[in-house]
Amino acid sequence: MEKTQELYWKKVLGLIRNVLIVWFLCSYGAGIMFAGALDKIKLGGYPLGFWFAQQGSIYIFVALIFIYAKLMGKIDEEFDVAED
Amino acid sequence: MSLQAMTYLVVGLTFALYLGIAFWSRAGSTKEFYVAGGGVHPVINGMATGADWMSAASFISMAGMIGYMGYGGALFLMGWTGGYVLLAMLLAPYLRKFGKYTVPDFFKSRYYSNTATVVAVICLLVASTTYIIGQMTGVGVAFSRFLGVSSQMGVIIGMAIVFVYAVFGGMKGITYTQVAQYCVLILAYTIPAIFISLQLTGNPIPQLGLGGHYVGSDMALLTKLDHIVNDLGFGKYTTAVPGSKLNMFVYTVSLMIGTAGLPHVIIRFFTVPKVKDARSSAGWALVFIAILYTTAPSVAAMARLNLHATINTEVKSGGDIFAPEASISYDTRPEWMKRWEVTGLLKFEDKNGDGRIQYYNDTSKNPEFLAKAEAAGWKGSELTVNNDIMVLANPEIAKLPNWVIALVAAGGLAAALSTAAGLLLAIASAISHDLLKNMLMKDLSEKGELMAGRIAMACAIVVAGYLGMYPPDFAAGTVAIAFGLAASSIFPALMMGIFSKTMNKQGAIAGMIAGLGFTMIYVFAHTGIFYIQGTEYWQIFGKKDFFFGISPNAIGAIGAVVNFAVAFAVKNMTTPVPDHIAAMVESVRIPKGAGGAVDH
Repeated sequence: MEKTQELYWKKVLGLIRNVLIVWFLCSYGAGIMFAGALDKIKLGGYPLGFWFAQQGSIYIFVALIFIYAKLMGKIDEEFDVAED
Repeated sequence: MSLQAMTYLVVGLTFALYLGIAFWSRAGSTKEFYVAGGGVHPVINGMATGADWMSAASFISMAGMIGYMGYGGALFLMGWTGGYVLLAMLLAPYLRKFGKYTVPDFFKSRYYSNTATVVAVICLLVASTTYIIGQMTGVGVAFSRFLGVSSQMGVIIGMAIVFVYAVFGGMKGITYTQVAQYCVLILAYTIPAIFISLQLTGNPIPQLGLGGHYVGSDMALLTKLDHIVNDLGFGKYTTAVPGSKLNMFVYTVSLMIGTAGLPHVIIRFFTVPKVKDARSSAGWALVFIAILYTTAPSVAAMARLNLHATINTEVKSGGDIFAPEASISYDTRPEWMKRWEVTGLLKFEDKNGDGRIQYYNDTSKNPEFLAKAEAAGWKGSELTVNNDIMVLANPEIAKLPNWVIALVAAGGLAAALSTAAGLLLAIASAISHDLLKNMLMKDLSEKGELMAGRIAMACAIVVAGYLGMYPPDFAAGTVAIAFGLAASSIFPALMMGIFSKTMNKQGAIAGMIAGLGFTMIYVFAHTGIFYIQGTEYWQIFGKKDFFFGISPNAIGAIGAVVNFAVAFAVKNMTTPVPDHIAAMVESVRIPKGAGGAVDH
């Protein structure tokens, strides 16, 4: 039991880490740090860095939460720790 | 029907709706007062969280700030949405599993100490009160325009209405009224945005319109706007940064982690039936929030463009903006300007005595621009436009129909009232439930607890209303400070409580005190002690933003770092955490066996 619980937690932390990497790259990366460089690319009338900062990040955040919730559900099932 | 009558009608109808729902589902017992009897569906909960979340700062103030700041305004957009990702993954499911009513309850069990609880309550009160100050500023703006009075008078009227409103419902009244409020405010926000996007770009979807072409030209709207603001001496719209990129980065961090540390949002996730629901509830909340947040940048840019185009008639055609007749004359100014002049939030001062309004950046550092302005006989920008009026004035500037203007007024009031009510509830429960009932007066009756909660609400409204008349910043700025305070105090302690089995009470307490203390000292240096004007003390540090150019609104992120560092340092020097606490943390990490939200 101890072992499985440790493994479960390890998997959860791994998932959180992966989601946070994407979360960081699209907002702080594309939206702030590299916005200047990305602005040279245009998305319609949007400079790309500007788009990430004022639009794109938000869409990606929404998607990330649902992806996380889904994958967490799977991990819960795998370890049989979901609620009844 | 006249605009005034139409506004009364629409605002009156929406108010009747909220009060009706609040009255009809009046809170009976304390359990209902706090958590709506448990069992709220994730989608409904998400929508109510959305209304709770989108306050005067989001609705009334934010787009005006973004319009003024340009690209850098994205810090509000990313900051106030990205925090939900943290909330969904790091806190919501675990706090739900924990099965308590309130955030201080969590501190009491996890940090096995009354001191930790008291410190947490103090942090909560400081952050929530600051937040409400921002709300009251927004309420003042909305009511002053709506009733045609000064903004100070607007705050006073708003205080009375918020009080009646929050006292009647508990969370239950609030959950269902908030669903209604969400609908009103999202319609009020998107409808004018659609109209204006159509006018300016021919595209009815504001999110696409912002990336579209300016009507009647082959120029992108954003490129056009870049030209306009540049010609008037402002920084380029699509690249302007507040202070520095570092400041923008830190500011965004502060808002994100503050999101995951504010009690009135966290408390929402105690009310979903299952741990699984707590995760998806955060996602649904963000869906409903994102509708407004992705529309806001369009509102911001288009309002900015329309404002300049109204004041200077050559802006649209790209003609000579320095020509004497280009600036409109004060006598022929549009009606909406007259209406806002009454509130004192829009002011004209004829510096060069030509009877015309010159509106530009007179602090520009571009010598070429300054020379042109001087040659044209401009003697300083003559119009002061409070950023907080932009969203409400936007449909008037764009000459939209009266019912749209009235709807926006109703939406602004809904946003401000719903959040103020949610926050007041968090304050009431912190004082009556966590402080009085659980610690100081254990034999307090249910009735006494409710009464104490209501008295706490009344005090909070009076303090926040008074400070809201002379706020430290625009509504969104003041709210950002509140987020910084929550980010530096509550969030690290909550996170360490779940993700570190070894964090003990000494570490958590020292961390919270250090984080909050550091942040308060820095903020108050710029805004005055407890936001009282005239008590600023940044001078003793030499200059404003003295910590690497980071603004007081952004400092919460640094405060959080201080909190983590102090907590771990103190933990290593003090007695380890008891075994039963470590076991409890183990169990919190696993969804299985979560009870209902109300039985503990």
